[in-house]
Amino acid sequence: MKRVNTRTAWERMAIVHDKTRPTIRDYLPLVFEDFYELHGDRGVGDDGAILGGIGRICGTPVTIIAEVKGRNIQENKASNFAMPHPEGYRKALRLARQAEKFHRPVICFIDTPGAFCGVEAEKRGQGEAIAKNIAEFMSLKTPVISIVLSEGGSGGALALGVCDALAMLENALYTPISPRGAASILWKDASREQEACEVLHITAEDMVEFGVAEAIISESDTDVVNDLYKISENMKEYLAKIVAEKSKKDIDLLLKERYTKFRKIGVFI
Amino acid sequence: MLEDLFKTVTKRFNGDDPESAVPMFKCPRCGASITQQKLAELGKVCPNCQYHARLTAAERISITADGGSFVEFDKDLCSADPLEFPGYAQKVADLQQKTGLKDAVVTGMCTIKGSKTVLIVMDSNFMMASMGSVVGEKITRAFEYAAENKLPVVAFTASGGARMQEGIISLMQMAKTSAAVQKHNEAGQLYITVMTDPTTGGVTASFASLGDIIIAEPKVLIGFAGRRVIEGTIKQHLPNDFQLAEFQLEHGFVDMIVRRNKMRSVLSHLLKLHGYNAEPKKQEV
Repeated sequence: MKRVNTRTAWERMAIVHDKTRPTIRDYLPLVFEDFYELHGDRGVGDDGAILGGIGRICGTPVTIIAEVKGRNIQENKASNFAMPHPEGYRKALRLARQAEKFHRPVICFIDTPGAFCGVEAEKRGQGEAIAKNIAEFMSLKTPVISIVLSEGGSGGALALGVCDALAMLENALYTPISPRGAASILWKDASREQEACEVLHITAEDMVEFGVAEAIISESDTDVVNDLYKISENMKEYLAKIVAEKSKKDIDLLLKERYTKFRKIGVFI
Repeated sequence: MLEDLFKTVTKRFNGDDPESAVPMFKCPRCGASITQQKLAELGKVCPNCQYHARLTAAERISITADGGSFVEFDKDLCSADPLEFPGYAQKVADLQQKTGLKDAVVTGMCTIKGSKTVLIVMDSNFMMASMGSVVGEKITRAFEYAAENKLPVVAFTASGGARMQEGIISLMQMAKTSAAVQKHNEAGQLYITVMTDPTTGGVTASFASLGDIIIAEPKVLIGFAGRRVIEGTIKQHLPNDFQLAEFQLEHGFVDMIVRRNKMRSVLSHLLKLHGYNAEPKKQEV
């Protein structure tokens, strides 16, 4: 029988914020083979918040782009707590275009509280960088698969979220604004974060309901949480299948379906 | 006694009768104070620092489109409440009453000095022109219409960002609108963005930043993250010119800053430079 995740968004938030939550650096060696990291946006520098490179999944060459959470303070300092600067998004776009050239599928891992909010990020055009990624990924002539690992915050997540198929790890959350930020704007009271968590509808099941995600990747057969090996196994199985499926598609049809996937999201009367 | 003192002060500031107090405008950039009436006479531009204050969509259309040429699209598209978010439906209803708008954007067709163009105008009086389903859908349809009919798009942007009351659906409007811009782009048509006060958040990070030519009005706020959020992150006070149009010009994210009284002729010239000429006048029979 299929296990149902009955946890509230707030409980899931505690799980994904726990220090035992695996990060892309944990998953990489278990899901991919022959991984080579590639650095830099060829303009400003190399943003540690976004990891990029090439490797294989079950033998198929792919490009991997991921937001990087740290596992300790040093790693978090190097990756700026997974909050990318514009050059991070531009690095992602550079690698995506390279993937297009070599007909490699792109696999994006979303794992960020949001794009970095700072003076330098504004000076270098955070808004433009995100906008450009969204628009360019929309017409990228190669399959794009995105997975939300723990949290996807706002435009900083969507910059890696324009894809042919989006999967959520079962406890992952996807939000238009951090619940804390929402509480502080809505009720001028950031301490009502838990309440905001529930009213915003941010769980994996919500994403499937709204047509934002197509799949939920199970994290465990039991109630154990943050089980690296089990998650990696299920993630690899999902990716191998979806990459093969999307790679077979005619590219014009794939792009049409990608457009339609986003085109139909919206509720109005 | 203290009460008496306040009365005196009020009297001194407001003249003899506090009831007839003249509505004032205090410039958010330079602090200069003038009457609302004077501001309106000046086209809502601060006479001291040239800050271009916010216009309603109707005001914007009237100073941009040729008289009587504007034909609105999707006038009745109205927000549903997909998350049944506490207080949202009521808020929308109240604002519809107050502003006469159904939501935060007006789209349509018009001519500008004879050149046919699709026009998109956001109105910050409606929930700070945050982008939910209605805003996203109307903008998307406008770009799709322009792509199909080989027309240019002029978009006056203003927004506080995503409409959080619509949760993740609001975030996805960034993708939807950007996709439509891309379609219009692939159709080889011109897209001019005019950034007005304030253009921020998810709108800056999607269709607003994708114009072939990006114009801004003087002294308007343009940015991704909110000023207070950044100040909270860096624990420092930011300079006054941070994220203004002039800052964005300096950093290469805006092509030109154009004053309101010149906007119509600049837009008309740019449209004609791209071959969108005025329709020939029909011969009278």
